[in-house]
Amino acid sequence: MDSATLGRATLILAFGVALYGIGAAVHAGRSQNRDWAASARRAVYTLAALSTVAFAILELAFLRSDFSFATVVSHSSTTTPTGYKAAAAWSSQEGSLLLWLWLLSLWSSLVLYLTRNRMRDVTPYATAVLAVFAAFFAGLLVFAASPFQTLATVPTEGAGLSPLLRHPGMMIHPPMLYSGYTLFTVPFAFAVAALLVRRVDAEWITATRRFALAAWFFLGIGIVLGARWSYSELGWGGYWAWDPVENASLLPWLTGTAFLHSLMIQERRGMLKVWNASLILATGTLAIMGTFLVRSGILDSIHAFGASTLGTPFVIFIAVLIAGSIGLVVSRRDSLRSENRLDSLLSRESVFIANNLVLVGLAFVTFWGTFFPLISEAATGTKSAVGPPWFDRYTVPLALLLVLLSGIGPVIAWRRATAVNARRNFTAPLFGSLAIAVALVILTPAETRPYALGMFFCGAFVFITVGQEFVRGVRARRAMAGGSVPVAFVAMIRRNRRRYGGYIAHVGFATILVGVAASSAFQHAKDVQLVPGQTAKVNGYTFSYAKATGQIVTNGGRLERIEFGAVMRVTKDGERVATLRPNRGYYPVNAPAVPISSAFDGEATSEVGMKAGLGRDVWMAVQPDLGALRPYIEQQDTRLNEAVKAAGTVNPARFGEVRGAIFAEVIRRYVNNTPPATFRVIVSPLVMWIWIGAFITFGGGLIAMWPAPDGVRRRARGRYAARVAKELGRA
Amino acid sequence: MDPARKRTVRLIVALTAAIFLAGGLMYTSFSAGDPSVTPSKLAASAVPGKSYQVTGKVSAWKKQGSVQRFMLRDRDGARAVPVTYDGPVPDPFRNGREVIITVRKQGTAFVGEKDSLITKCPSKYENKDTPA
Repeated sequence: MDSATLGRATLILAFGVALYGIGAAVHAGRSQNRDWAASARRAVYTLAALSTVAFAILELAFLRSDFSFATVVSHSSTTTPTGYKAAAAWSSQEGSLLLWLWLLSLWSSLVLYLTRNRMRDVTPYATAVLAVFAAFFAGLLVFAASPFQTLATVPTEGAGLSPLLRHPGMMIHPPMLYSGYTLFTVPFAFAVAALLVRRVDAEWITATRRFALAAWFFLGIGIVLGARWSYSELGWGGYWAWDPVENASLLPWLTGTAFLHSLMIQERRGMLKVWNASLILATGTLAIMGTFLVRSGILDSIHAFGASTLGTPFVIFIAVLIAGSIGLVVSRRDSLRSENRLDSLLSRESVFIANNLVLVGLAFVTFWGTFFPLISEAATGTKSAVGPPWFDRYTVPLALLLVLLSGIGPVIAWRRATAVNARRNFTAPLFGSLAIAVALVILTPAETRPYALGMFFCGAFVFITVGQEFVRGVRARRAMAGGSVPVAFVAMIRRNRRRYGGYIAHVGFATILVGVAASSAFQHAKDVQLVPGQTAKVNGYTFSYAKATGQIVTNGGRLERIEFGAVMRVTKDGERVATLRPNRGYYPVNAPAVPISSAFDGEATSEVGMKAGLGRDVWMAVQPDLGALRPYIEQQDTRLNEAVKAAGTVNPARFGEVRGAIFAEVIRRYVNNTPPATFRVIVSPLVMWIWIGAFITFGGGLIAMWPAPDGVRRRARGRYAARVAKELGRA
Repeated sequence: MDPARKRTVRLIVALTAAIFLAGGLMYTSFSAGDPSVTPSKLAASAVPGKSYQVTGKVSAWKKQGSVQRFMLRDRDGARAVPVTYDGPVPDPFRNGREVIITVRKQGTAFVGEKDSLITKCPSKYENKDTPA
């Protein structure tokens, strides 16, 4: 049996196993039969094993450049570097769906293993929901988008991974996003199951909280990696462009973040049950919608992802998820009544609710703006689109409020804040952040951008409140257990990872938004045309075009691309800042008798030159003008064509040699007689802090996610046992 | 005040605020949105000075310094409009590629707004029969 047939068989089996899993799990839920529940769980494990085999087969096909696979031919080639060959597997529609299924089955197996002895009434239905997701994706892979389609005639070379995707981000950004999406299905499934059996206490939340946090963590990293990738590309709109596909990943992250905050109120006070259930159901649905949006072609996006035939099944599936979610929440509203009421508007609960409203507001604005072309067409018959200024109008004030709340939340008292509590916690942060804002007004042009100034104030407020909490925590720890400051600091975090991990995440988030505010409000961008020897000035920096460059880049002895670039010296006040080397690569097709000119008409990518620093980034891209070389290239094409015709056949090796010589001559001519090149120059302050902030945020997330030490776990288990005993006593 | 009445008042205030904000959001989106049109619709109904977001395929691309001149054609190739755009173009930009650009009519041509040119990435999840 060849590997493609094995792959197909594996997927068919996976689909069958998923269907069996649904049936067995539903039966187990209805009959409360443990054997059936175990069988359904094992079906999910088997599904994980089968999808692992299928994914491994596909990866091997890419790594071995097995051109009997249609998807390998259209997305890889022998000259594609190995790392990108591996990543090319998920650059295809079918490969990305298989990655979805694989990750989903792994996370599903993990959560079902961890909860195998818990919530015996809930887990069978959760298993069924997870199996429904798996069956949907396995069904797509079997019936609509098989990654194991083979070609009758096996070509010797493939089209290669699009040069646009040859970026390290391609290797990690999609798996991170998909991990986030698939992990959100876990709390979604448990929420559905808990609602089905009307067991709506906080246990389903406790059982899946870490999965929700992991989803938030991976999706967030995926979004940031995408932003970093976009930042380093010409024409992708910088790190964030409010593109529909970017927004699609942000939506579940926003609602997921809201859920991670509001679940604490359900755990502590038994409140917000309807809200929490609705939030996680919306998040799971948005995760599927995000997966769908990049494939649908229904919205105009930089990531076109041409319209595919998968739209209808996805729309049906999403409609079922939405209708089912609404139906469940409405039908269970009596069971979802809060156990407690809000004691005061000045309490941590209120701040968490406000934080949730802001996050959901942000999600609503993003959703509305993203789908506005469809909404406007349905409402008025005319399709309209809103751009970044519209998004900024709403998201900037909401983001300011969110950062402010992320400073207030950690220190305000639960239930009811008192004046003493407020004075103790907010005096120093308020005056400290005001002092920083005043200093910024005096020392920088911050007052010209009120929103940015507002963000600096809010950011400072968060840093000081959280810093104050850490100082108090360390002092308390030292008073209790002694030891040095670093030891007390580490011990304090270890003993309460969730709390301090959250605080760190707040600091990171504020840092990100301070970076966003500074870099968008005080960015200087300019397009200039220069020839070697000329200079341009941008925001006090002098850019001197020292010389043009060109080179042929090979991979495994075969020509991969031809690069034209520039050496640009950057100075400020006469001091050297950096030497930037932006370039643009052209990717010829490695096949005999292909015209030389096609290399310059085909795919090309810009490698930006960048000097990144804590204070500011200097960013540059070049677009060489090859127009002057056209006559020479066309002349060589004519000569080659005539030679091929005269010979009647093409010797690939000889053709490659001649073509290499012509490319070398094109480069020589470009370097020796350089035409004006167009440069885009951007000077942005504090961009680096966006990436540092992301590192801090997700570092905090990781700390919060990490299992607590044994002693703490034992105490938590003890508290849980006591609660169960109390409830049993009541019963 | 009676706690139940207080909660009702709070709910009414919150709902009113939410409706007010959502209404503002919807109103501004309809008033701020640029009509999203095809080249043939643009050619037929464009009003000078008003901005439009147009999606079409590039043809007859010529570069003069930093200024790009090209025709933007319907997907089916039926109708095309001339567009000029000043600035570097995204990497995937070339003849045959589908782009999205915000333009204003000036005379007989359409001028692209700065940094509004988006070239669709044709590489991922594309139908096999979609021409590159």
